[in-house]
Amino acid sequence: MIVERPADLRRKKFFAHGFMICFLILIMFPFFVIVSISLREGNAMSSASLVSQAGWASLAKLLPQNPTLEHWYLAFGLDYTRADGTVVEPPYPVMLWMWNSIKIGVIAGIGVLSVATISAYAFSRIRIRGKAALLDGLFLIQMFPTTLALVAIYAIFDALGEVSPFLGLDSHVALILIYLSGVTLHIWTIKGYFDGVDTALDKAAAIDGATPWQTFRFIFLPLAVPIMAVVFVLAFIGFINDYPIASVLIRSESQMTLAVGSRLYLNEFRYLWGDFAAAAILSGLPITVVFLIAQRYLVSGLGDGAVKG
Amino acid sequence: MTVAMREVGAGPALPRLALVGAGTLGLLWAAYYLYALQQPLFGAVLLAIACGFAVIYGANRFYGARFIFPGVAAVLTFIALPIGFTIYLGFTNYSSFNLLDFERATEVLLSRGAADPATEQPFAVVPEGEQYRIWLPDSGLLSAPVPLTGPASVALTPAAAPATLLAARDAIRLRDGLQALTLTTPDGLAIVNSGLRTFASVTPEYTRASDQILRRSSDGASLTADHSTGFYVAADGTQVPPGWRVGIGWGNFQKVFQSEGIRAPLLSIFLWTLFFAGTSVVLTFALGLALAVILQWEHLRFKAIYRILLILPYAVPAFISILVFRGLFNQNFGEINLILEALFGIRPTWFTDAGLARTMIIIVNCWLGYPYMMLLAMGFLQGVPEDHKKAAALEGASSMRVFFTITLPQIIPPFLPLLIASFAFNFNNMVLVLLLTSGGPDRQGTLVPAGQTDILASFTYRMAFDDSATQFGLAGAITLMIFLVVATLSYVNFVALKRAASRKSARSA
Repeated sequence: MIVERPADLRRKKFFAHGFMICFLILIMFPFFVIVSISLREGNAMSSASLVSQAGWASLAKLLPQNPTLEHWYLAFGLDYTRADGTVVEPPYPVMLWMWNSIKIGVIAGIGVLSVATISAYAFSRIRIRGKAALLDGLFLIQMFPTTLALVAIYAIFDALGEVSPFLGLDSHVALILIYLSGVTLHIWTIKGYFDGVDTALDKAAAIDGATPWQTFRFIFLPLAVPIMAVVFVLAFIGFINDYPIASVLIRSESQMTLAVGSRLYLNEFRYLWGDFAAAAILSGLPITVVFLIAQRYLVSGLGDGAVKG
Repeated sequence: MTVAMREVGAGPALPRLALVGAGTLGLLWAAYYLYALQQPLFGAVLLAIACGFAVIYGANRFYGARFIFPGVAAVLTFIALPIGFTIYLGFTNYSSFNLLDFERATEVLLSRGAADPATEQPFAVVPEGEQYRIWLPDSGLLSAPVPLTGPASVALTPAAAPATLLAARDAIRLRDGLQALTLTTPDGLAIVNSGLRTFASVTPEYTRASDQILRRSSDGASLTADHSTGFYVAADGTQVPPGWRVGIGWGNFQKVFQSEGIRAPLLSIFLWTLFFAGTSVVLTFALGLALAVILQWEHLRFKAIYRILLILPYAVPAFISILVFRGLFNQNFGEINLILEALFGIRPTWFTDAGLARTMIIIVNCWLGYPYMMLLAMGFLQGVPEDHKKAAALEGASSMRVFFTITLPQIIPPFLPLLIASFAFNFNNMVLVLLLTSGGPDRQGTLVPAGQTDILASFTYRMAFDDSATQFGLAGAITLMIFLVVATLSYVNFVALKRAASRKSARSA
């Protein structure tokens, strides 16, 4: 382990890289194939053509034979005119779904961020009676996934919809309200960050006569900008990825978010594999990139925030 | 650590109190409004919020609580309340048969009527300034003018055919007003709008005999409201839908434990859920840890590239990757079967064979979950002191031995809470099941839709939302049982976390 023979080391390196590359090829397979499918003609390979060519030769089918941008036009919501003159219309409003997702994600993200930051500051710095019990309670409640209360959520918003459709099923407001409940995890993350801030800062502020609110507003808030950015991105991605709640509350096609709408593509009766591939890349790519940038902070945030009790 | 509280209340009190007062009044008005609309539960919730708001922002004593009130209120309203409401629903018969409340169900029954074919006749609408007349060409009757804006009752008199009639399309636009209109013929017969183009005398199928009893017009039988089953029942015991929502005590739980068609699938779904969650955690942990160990090896080059490529599955939104796998695994034109057939000549039936479907779900879950474990493991591996490993290596231990006797025992304890959390997550990982297999292939001989890959959460989801005969109450009852499991898991996790935290602080002290 400390001193290794060069031959041994070379062999080990060879195996390590070999393993990594084989594993990566396996893991990356869906990414390669989905790109190829998005450029392929038609929406599904006919099973007849599959059978006709057995053996290695049929593997060539994984690559597009006559590459076409048809699926990409449709994903962007544009009509596509095929070579024979037929015009294909987009099957689903992907761009609208994306806009719905982004709108809901941003509004709910801002809501969660403001509530979480203020609460985290109070939990970290202000003496409140019963704080420890409250923190433990929040922690326990947060472990109950909201998805388990779907029946009640449906019943509640179904009833509220009779008061005002604005608050009922199929309304983005309802979805945003429910998403606000995801605040607890983020309170812990930001609290972990605030706990690490030197107490000399707020003592100095208190001596200068600042109220706790002023201390928060002028000292902690500016300090928290980086962690707030991370929490916002995480909350945003979480909301965009939500399927169960959105699928229960949103029923009409024009109100759907991406997560709910994407499912329509692979319906047994209308199987749009090629159209789905292009739409999936189009909508998945931005989220993936944002996540890759934010992920460095994710794990430290999750680990620290949860453990620093 | 704690900010001194002496300046509390130093700010201008009057504007703040005015604002708090206005906010409280607004909330109270909304609470009253909801209560007036027969939503007492939401009224009560808003009332509680209004009181909390007034006390916490009005009184100086609760200065600190002002910061956490929004968060706590959100959690209580949107997590605690739905959980409580779910438990309550578990004790009711809420389903597609018992969807409404008593008043609404009675209204629906009372509004049912049978049109008398003898009096049924077409009509036309005659515009007259802001008002309208109804013209019945078959009997040559014309009504008095009526604004058609709300319930109205006007008399018909014989008249000559009017010159201008509204086009059918415009008449349909007045439908709401027409439906609220009752016309009285010269011989005293009341006729109402009975279809898009017709008026007829309608005999109601049911009439109210008393507060709790309806009379059926066809045979004169009286139907009594039965508040234990939530239906109107005739003397011979037949129930007349629609019913309403009533509490049925432990009825749903009895059904779950006594009816073979529910108990049998529920039990095997529970076992599969445990197996699925356990296997997923073990496999993703093993895979993630192995990759993390390789990535930490000092002699490995291109670490940054490997790392970013390896976490890619984690970065792609799960709903997209799961659907991609759904397509790739497709039995008939999926790319995975294309390759398997080319290489080995097999075409596994991933979606119709129970064992293969379960294998597929675990494979996909490993793909989705290993990067998270790898990222965590990389963090924890850095915490293992290098000299421990060196000492072991000097003693002649192989690198495998070093890993299993030095490294693994040191990273398991801090990892434990995260593994429990991961187990709890997979225990309820309904997104994966719903999007990949929708629970299928179906089990045979069950009373409620249940599939071979259904986990408890997706089973209840489908029971409540996927089928035409939705059973919210039964789903609520099963959810309550899931709650018990999740509560146990949460508590265990909570204790494990506290231990990890105290160990960490003990070490750093």
